[in-house]
Amino acid sequence: MTALADPHALPASDQTQTVILSVPDMRCAGCIAGVERALNAMPSVAFARVNLGDKQVRVTGAFADALPLIEALDKAGYAAAELDEAALAPKVDVEGRALLMRIGVAGFAMMNVMILSVAIWSGATEVTRDLFHWISAGIALPALAYSARPFFASAAKALSARRVNMDVPISLAILLAAGMSLHETWIGGEDAWFDAAVSLTLFLLIGRYLDHRTRRSARSAAAALTALEVPRATLVVDGALSTVPTAELVVGDIIQVAAGGRLPVDGDVIEGRANLDRSMLTGESLPVLASAGASVAAGETVIDAPLTLRVTAVGEDTSLRRMARAVAVAEGARGRYVALADQAARIYAPLVHGLAAAGFLGWFLATGDVHKSLLVAVATLIITCPCALGLAVPAVSVAASGKLFGMGLLLKSSTALERLAQVDAIVLDKTGTLTTGQAKLDHLDPQAAQVALALARASDHPVSRAIAAALSTVAAADITDIQEVSGEGVTGLWQGAPVRLGRGPNGTELTMPGRDPINVTPEEVLRPGAIELVRAAQQAGMPVTLLSGDRTAPVRKVAEALNLPDWQAEASPADKLQILRDRAATGQRVLMVGDGLNDAGALSAAHVSMAPATALDAARAASDAVLLGGDLSIVPKTLRITRLARSRMLQNFGLAATYNAVSIPLALAGLASPLMAAAAMSTSSILVVLNALRLGGRP
Amino acid sequence: MNVLVFLIPVSLALGALGLVACIWTLRAKQYEDLEGAAARILLEDGEPDQSADAITSDSPAS
Repeated sequence: MTALADPHALPASDQTQTVILSVPDMRCAGCIAGVERALNAMPSVAFARVNLGDKQVRVTGAFADALPLIEALDKAGYAAAELDEAALAPKVDVEGRALLMRIGVAGFAMMNVMILSVAIWSGATEVTRDLFHWISAGIALPALAYSARPFFASAAKALSARRVNMDVPISLAILLAAGMSLHETWIGGEDAWFDAAVSLTLFLLIGRYLDHRTRRSARSAAAALTALEVPRATLVVDGALSTVPTAELVVGDIIQVAAGGRLPVDGDVIEGRANLDRSMLTGESLPVLASAGASVAAGETVIDAPLTLRVTAVGEDTSLRRMARAVAVAEGARGRYVALADQAARIYAPLVHGLAAAGFLGWFLATGDVHKSLLVAVATLIITCPCALGLAVPAVSVAASGKLFGMGLLLKSSTALERLAQVDAIVLDKTGTLTTGQAKLDHLDPQAAQVALALARASDHPVSRAIAAALSTVAAADITDIQEVSGEGVTGLWQGAPVRLGRGPNGTELTMPGRDPINVTPEEVLRPGAIELVRAAQQAGMPVTLLSGDRTAPVRKVAEALNLPDWQAEASPADKLQILRDRAATGQRVLMVGDGLNDAGALSAAHVSMAPATALDAARAASDAVLLGGDLSIVPKTLRITRLARSRMLQNFGLAATYNAVSIPLALAGLASPLMAAAAMSTSSILVVLNALRLGGRP
Repeated sequence: MNVLVFLIPVSLALGALGLVACIWTLRAKQYEDLEGAAARILLEDGEPDQSADAITSDSPAS
């Protein structure tokens, strides 16, 4: 990340190590100072350096693990989490740096050649002009050989595969311009196009770099998300607890999982009794009870009490991994999607080559002058240079994805932006996506809550378990004579008076002495923004479907809360996948939002898909975009911004085409000059970039 | 036109100087955290801004 990680600069200590913490709340200069001050104040920290762009801080010092660092940051008001360094993208961006170096060289060459060219355009003649041409050649040719190599390499690759991409006309224009200019210089001709060749390279390199930056920052942020789930487990050896990386666990190890933790491996429970949330795997919102002897699977979350397990499967053998492999479906709609830039290249390349060839033939037939005909053809190729085209998409992508990232949406796929703009229907998962996956029961007074918890714990009925899970922060009341009547409920004696938790006319009720029955049916907590998302989509006339693997009753309840008429419950992963495929077959372009393993197939079959950051990594991997915050209201905002971005891209293509429509006739008529090419190239590029930047200001 | 004999080498040398500076900034990893670099200018002097050479002056016990 920085030059700071040099271990030789540190005080000698055999414990010296570096950890990387993710601090997602850092947004400003004050946060940099706060985080670095909090960490540097600790005696064990040698130094801490924030990277604001990545929202990470790299800490080096003599500490055993990251816990004290996280606590110190917590005290300073920043939530932090340790990142698994192995899962992070390599910090040194070799490709980006090479591109910057090429930009530097091309920029140097362009400035110097341009100074000489201005002198020529201002009227330098004879020997002076020839001298300037020779100096230009001396600067431009080596610079081109170095800077334009990515285009040559890509064009050669495309041609050897018998395809034509944007780099073919680019390389041809650069090579022809350089070659012909050298020839003109040799024979003491009037016009040389070295400046055009170099500035064409510079502008295109800038576009290439912007493109690279967007993709790289998305990739490294996605890697950071994966690295966030630090694969650590609490290993129990002879009664002593120690923290080890999950990768080091082997079958037969005994591990402990704390309340609220996600199971890292498959195992058999040997001690403890706890409710498990399996919604990530099945969509089912009611918890499942696990006690000694039960088999549990990786990906399940322990809700209320610690469990001790004997490991039965690790790594790729866990049932989670096996299921994830099973749902990994063939490429869906996205495999067929052709990026806008490639669509443009398919039209552009044959058109320009055809025009240049026609120009050559026309002039040759009319005048019989090979030299003049070649000049016209090369001028056509240069003046139609695709530098505005090369910037049209990346400039918009950078502006839009930067804006989306600021709002909390991370685009993982390079064409996600364009595909999001085409969405005309939304399919939503329920548990974990529209709801937070937790039940709430917050209208009870403390006494009622304690009694309800004590009664609920006595029963294994799913509703009782849901109540117990929703009240897991409360202390249970002291209740005696507890009896469960199957299908009716649980009764007991509390402070000498009878209490009852069981079926009532309006769902589950709690009866306490001297009070009306209290309804204690747990409610699922809607994610913030869920209502706004549905309303915004309905106002835009977009059909919204709720597609859940959960039972009918809770799904209906959530659908009613969201005022959503179109819902389907008890959908298996295969059902979900089939529904998405059917929708795609009717030409609908569906945005799927889901978080569980049971959604992974549907996520990859959708036209474009999103997963919340809390999703299982199989679901995140199947998605094009990740919602970093918990708020769903950014989904409609995202759709609006991506539509705007797509129309900006199309506008940019229009701008570039307009320039060509004016300049091509001039070039074909043999009237184009290097000055004209330079002016057209820079103005069209600047216009395109400015048009893209307009996107940043919109709310 | 004899003045060109000086002016052209001078202009090329200045350009090359710019190129060398650009390569130096690349080597010094100044493009790793553009957002952070933009924000750090707002920090007051004495705030923990640890550039590469600040390591030795900032003892662990501070």
